[in-house]
Amino acid sequence: MWQQKQFDCIVVGGGPAGTTFAQVASRGGLSVLVLEKDRDIGMPVRCGEAISDKGLRYFHDPDPRWIQSTIDRIKLTAPNETEVEFDLNDIGYILDRRIFDYDLAHMAAQEGAIVVTKAYVNGLIIDNDMVCGVKGNYLNSPFEVRAKFVIGADGVESRVGRWGGLRTQVKLKDMESGIQKTISGIEVQSNKFEFYLSRKWAPGGYLWVFPKGNNSANVGLGISGYYAKEGKSAQKFLDEFLQWKYPECSVLTTVAGGVPVDKTLKCMVADGLMLVGDAAHTVNPMTGGGISSGMMSGMAAAETAIELSHNKKEPTRANLNSYEKKWTKLRGKKHEKYYRIKEAIFKFDDDDLNRIADGIAAVKEEDRSLLKLFSIAVAKKPSLLIDVVRLFTGL
Amino acid sequence: MIQIEGNKCDFCGCCVGVCPVDCIEVMESNIEIDDEICIDCDLCVFICPIDVLSNVATEAV
Ligand SMILES: Cc1cc2nc3c(=O)[nH]c(=O)nc-3n(C[C@H](O)[C@H](O)[C@H](O)COP(=O)(O)OP(=O)(O)OC[C@H]3O[C@@H](n4cnc5c(N)ncnc54)[C@H](O)[C@@H]3O)c2cc1C
Ligand code: SF4
Ligand code: SF4
Repeated sequence: MWQQKQFDCIVVGGGPAGTTFAQVASRGGLSVLVLEKDRDIGMPVRCGEAISDKGLRYFHDPDPRWIQSTIDRIKLTAPNETEVEFDLNDIGYILDRRIFDYDLAHMAAQEGAIVVTKAYVNGLIIDNDMVCGVKGNYLNSPFEVRAKFVIGADGVESRVGRWGGLRTQVKLKDMESGIQKTISGIEVQSNKFEFYLSRKWAPGGYLWVFPKGNNSANVGLGISGYYAKEGKSAQKFLDEFLQWKYPECSVLTTVAGGVPVDKTLKCMVADGLMLVGDAAHTVNPMTGGGISSGMMSGMAAAETAIELSHNKKEPTRANLNSYEKKWTKLRGKKHEKYYRIKEAIFKFDDDDLNRIADGIAAVKEEDRSLLKLFSIAVAKKPSLLIDVVRLFTGL
Repeated sequence: MIQIEGNKCDFCGCCVGVCPVDCIEVMESNIEIDDEICIDCDLCVFICPIDVLSNVATEAV
């Protein structure tokens, strides 16, 4: 039984970041235990499920079972309901994360990792300031398991980092308070990401309609904690939108969720501990997309664990710094730039957004090259349009 | 003191992420707040997407 064993790595959390770590580390010859508190890997799905082809292919060839729809266009709706459409440079997908996350865990298991559900972690074992295992509860029985590396892949609700002395609290303004309903019985084009931008729909965030085929879609929104403070919750915003846009829809799922749209943690590691995915704030702060970046951090952390093990080096903070370096190179640096753009966009009011949308709408679609948009941007409102264009072409 | 409304919680953990003193525990289908540690900052109340939490002291004013 896994409770009696010792492992090279223990991963807390069976989301895409944790299971990607597990797959890569197991393939590299390390013994890995993944502990997930919920009954099922992949459920509930607190996610719009959008991913770019490039982001997915970095790890896996798209399996048709994961793909609910293939996206090649984007539609933006401005506060004054002006609609602007673009073709995407890179195609995107709406995944079925129930199957996708499950398969990622399965692949990790195929490589030799042990994955356990219903295993809730409630503390760390720390010897001489070195994290060397976890404590928890499995089906009502307490357990303690030890490992050389502990990986906090416990998502937005992460506490593993805090237990290990890392500062992982998300600032209110950098947390998107999110809600999503999967609705059906609606008219929706199956090849388009739709975004609604306005303080009236989703202040400090955006509202999305992501088609899932068969007249259904993930409709959700995130509002910045900065605006959530004013007392109107994400749920109220979404209910108003649905009442206006899809009053007759059926609601098949409802989930709440938080998205940390922050720069990556300055310090992602402690002695014996690495944080990956949402737990380390690896979400793209501009788009709120965290699936592929979370997987990338899991991969980078696994490579570090493999290297240290092969070279017989201790998992000290100083040695684990190699993971932070890899991440900074892969995505961290870019995310700092995206964070600055997010901050700029945050200042847009509805008039700015209307002006930008009207500016773009006035250009014939076939002429909407990035260069052309760039020149409109300079003519209209220099900094703003550039940021918006970047925002939606960089998805 | 933070009050948790009946069985409304979705266990999404968004409140845990913003709590400055780590006094919220969200399990698969249970949420607990340690009143002894809570500093009544209300951040969890603001961020909860579905209005599960309220501060009874603030409400009373
Ligand atoms: C409403 C919403 C919409 C989103 N839309 C998109 C989108 O369209 N595209 C995109 O790319 N990203 C999107 N995201 C972000 C994306 O869902 C996350 O970035 C991604 O799931 C992060 O992966 P992860 O593995 O780090 O964490 P998670 O997927 O959150 O996994 C963490 C796991 O850890 C488990 N866990 C937590 N604590 C413990 C514990 N103590 N013991 C054991 N297990 C524990 C949890 O149960 C969970 O299964 C969205 C997020 C939200 C909330
Ligand atoms: S009021 Fe503040 S300290 Fe208390 S539980 Fe909420 S976030 Fe934590
Ligand atoms: S943010 Fe709200 S719904 Fe989510 S866990 Fe906290 S109280 Fe529950």
